Amino acid sequence: MASITFREVEGSSPKYWMLFGFLGLFVLFGALAWNSMHHHGHVITGMNNQIVWGLPHVFAVFLIVAASGALNVASIASVFNKPMYKPLAPLSAILALALMLGGLLVLVLDLGRSDRLIVAMTHFNFKSMFTWNVFLYSGFFALVGAYLWTMLDRSVKTYSKAAGTAAFIWRLTLTTGTGSLFGFLIARELYGSSMLAPMFIIMSFAYGLAIYLMVLAAAYAWTGRPLGDAVMLRLKTLLAVFIAAVLYFVVVYHMTLLYFASRQDAVAFILRDGGMITTLFWVGQILIGSVVPLVILLTALGKQRMWIMVACALIIVGGIVQMYVTIIGAQAFPLDMFPGMIEKSSFFDGQIHHYSPSMPELFLGLGGVAIALLVTTFAVKVLRLLPASLDDATVAKLEH
Amino acid sequence: MTRLLMVGAIVLTTAAVAWAGMEDDDEPRSGRVPRPVITEPIKGERCVEDEAYMRRNHMKLLDHHRDETVLRGIRTKKYSLKECINCHASEKTGSVATAKEDFCVSCHSYAAVRIDCFDCHSTKPQGPIAKYPPSAEPTHYKHEIDGGAQ
Amino acid sequence: MNEPKPMSDNAPVSPERRRFIGAATATAAGLTLVPGVMLIEVAHGRPDDQAASSAVRWGMLVDANQCATGCDDCVTACSTENGWTPVAESTHPTQAPQWIRKLELQDPLTQMETNLPMMCQHCAEPPCVDVCPTGASFKRADGIVLVNRHTCIGCRYCMMACPYKARSLVHESLNDTQKADVPRGIGCVESCTFCVQKVDRGDGTTACVEACTAAGHNALVFGDMNDPESEISKRLRELPTKQVRADLNLNLGVRYHGI
Repeated sequence: MASITFREVEGSSPKYWMLFGFLGLFVLFGALAWNSMHHHGHVITGMNNQIVWGLPHVFAVFLIVAASGALNVASIASVFNKPMYKPLAPLSAILALALMLGGLLVLVLDLGRSDRLIVAMTHFNFKSMFTWNVFLYSGFFALVGAYLWTMLDRSVKTYSKAAGTAAFIWRLTLTTGTGSLFGFLIARELYGSSMLAPMFIIMSFAYGLAIYLMVLAAAYAWTGRPLGDAVMLRLKTLLAVFIAAVLYFVVVYHMTLLYFASRQDAVAFILRDGGMITTLFWVGQILIGSVVPLVILLTALGKQRMWIMVACALIIVGGIVQMYVTIIGAQAFPLDMFPGMIEKSSFFDGQIHHYSPSMPELFLGLGGVAIALLVTTFAVKVLRLLPASLDDATVAKLEH
Repeated sequence: MTRLLMVGAIVLTTAAVAWAGMEDDDEPRSGRVPRPVITEPIKGERCVEDEAYMRRNHMKLLDHHRDETVLRGIRTKKYSLKECINCHASEKTGSVATAKEDFCVSCHSYAAVRIDCFDCHSTKPQGPIAKYPPSAEPTHYKHEIDGGAQ
Repeated sequence: MNEPKPMSDNAPVSPERRRFIGAATATAAGLTLVPGVMLIEVAHGRPDDQAASSAVRWGMLVDANQCATGCDDCVTACSTENGWTPVAESTHPTQAPQWIRKLELQDPLTQMETNLPMMCQHCAEPPCVDVCPTGASFKRADGIVLVNRHTCIGCRYCMMACPYKARSLVHESLNDTQKADVPRGIGCVESCTFCVQKVDRGDGTTACVEACTAAGHNALVFGDMNDPESEISKRLRELPTKQVRADLNLNLGVRYHGI
């Protein structure tokens, strides 16, 4: 097997620093958003006692799900022994860590008492899915960190497969945990389903890979390093398979719910009666997030670099919309305490709940995205994560 | 963990006091660092424990008592924050933490130890302050005599 | 904390307590061996230094037939007792906490109307307690479900989990308007406490029940559901009652008649 040269990106061009500054600016906005939310309380957000989880959770859960998905390329390399993917693995691991960091920051900075984070680290209720997630997230950092180390340090290279396998199993468990945050809720018709865990796993494959492909292509284009079509075409086919699987899970999930009379109204709200939420579901999640990318990736368009990037961008947008529909949509539909009765109260019982996200929430969420990208940008400058070349000839040699 | 934080708080407090003490030597009495104003309580003659002990350990007592009260429903008065407030609320503001000179705030800002008790707890005694004339006997005394507290 | 041990009854607060303390002194040994036996009798006058006991289970009976349409005395009483701003006076109605609310129900087929107060149902198996990451949401030994604001981090997972929409987040600073007896504050989640401050004081009732009785509706009864002689137990034996969303099998502390 031919060896691959990994090299840091130079990171001294004005373009690099402009990117750095641009992301830094959004991190700053995110910090300011948190500061004002912390100072005034959640009264300045669009969240209320009906829609209790809002845009920050949409971004946070998306980033956390995408983080575990971003690790896939590395897993394929070391767990499934595909030599072609080996040079792609270090970026995959660092991206996973960066996205996880961004997501977690958004999640904890949205807490009503974000100043008491230490309490969440010292008091545990092991019946809570949230508590399990705290351990799953910390373990993810430890395992992926160790895995990255085995990739970068030749002296511990022999442990790479073991670390990679452990990280792979862990990330599957982690996304099961993230999906179960919702799956383990009995109160709401659209949650309380074991379908959510596997659905989140397959979604993580798709979102993580889409982000990975965009970051990889951008890194190679902006540093002028060669990136051959062999890599891109292989990965885009994989992405198409993931998206098709996501669609399959979405269909089965909704069909299952539709069969329960008690849940039909809630599903009808998402699929037919929900106005804005329904539009987001059909146009955002299904059309933009799945169908169009699938068409692009599976037709001749998918042979062009530009169109692959468009498909990836659409998948990411569709993914954020999907989280919005999953998180906000389920809360917008009122709790059905007295089935069959019309409910009315000062606490908005029996009404569809409205949510209009506020600026601080949006910027807190974007701040998390910016942190993830900033960490990645910095990491490729200080660590040898990217192969000097990924042209077709270099990649072809790996396979023999 | 809480213990560790507590120790940290004490260390910080001690350090701050020591540092401020040094300042005092160099500068005249009207130095930049305002000394905490420790006003006499509006009622009662002595605290539930002696002053030196309370200055160092009031947080331990309060922390222990709060868990007993919230989690188990034990409502003895001796170490209850409500009783602290009943005695130490300022006559001027009727509160322990409204004005800069109020009992809790004046010391805590001097020691630079942030407390979030009053994010949730009222800083004022229940009812108007007049309800508690300065000469009134503090409730926890009665309980000490009763032995009503554990 | 080494104070002198209790149990000398110089100045008990109430006659009830005097009786208890006397009895307790006499049977101090018995108390430690079989606490349940004693505690049932003294459910209404637990002394300050005694922890809430699992021998007691506080509960409420709501008779929806007696609950008057348009009357919200229970809501007003709760807000006065516990210091939360009534939603009508709030500048942010969707974000204002509501510990109890009047719910109006109508059957679209038969047009039959029902109205009833809805609040924390004090489940024996509370979903909010299960999901709370820090254990801040907890059930006290006597069945009252509470939030420990010292460990609540404001994640709102309990609000996602509650089937009764009983919980609210305090969205803004309360600026020292809290009642001395009812600490509550920004960034923490809260809900009906069964007036735990009154229960621990030995009132044996809640603000909403007092208000409902005072208005002459008598739609609410509060008491110890474990004590077969309590009024609530007697009424529950006679009246057919239902639990809201009984399908979830949470074993609720609030039972409804006439729904």
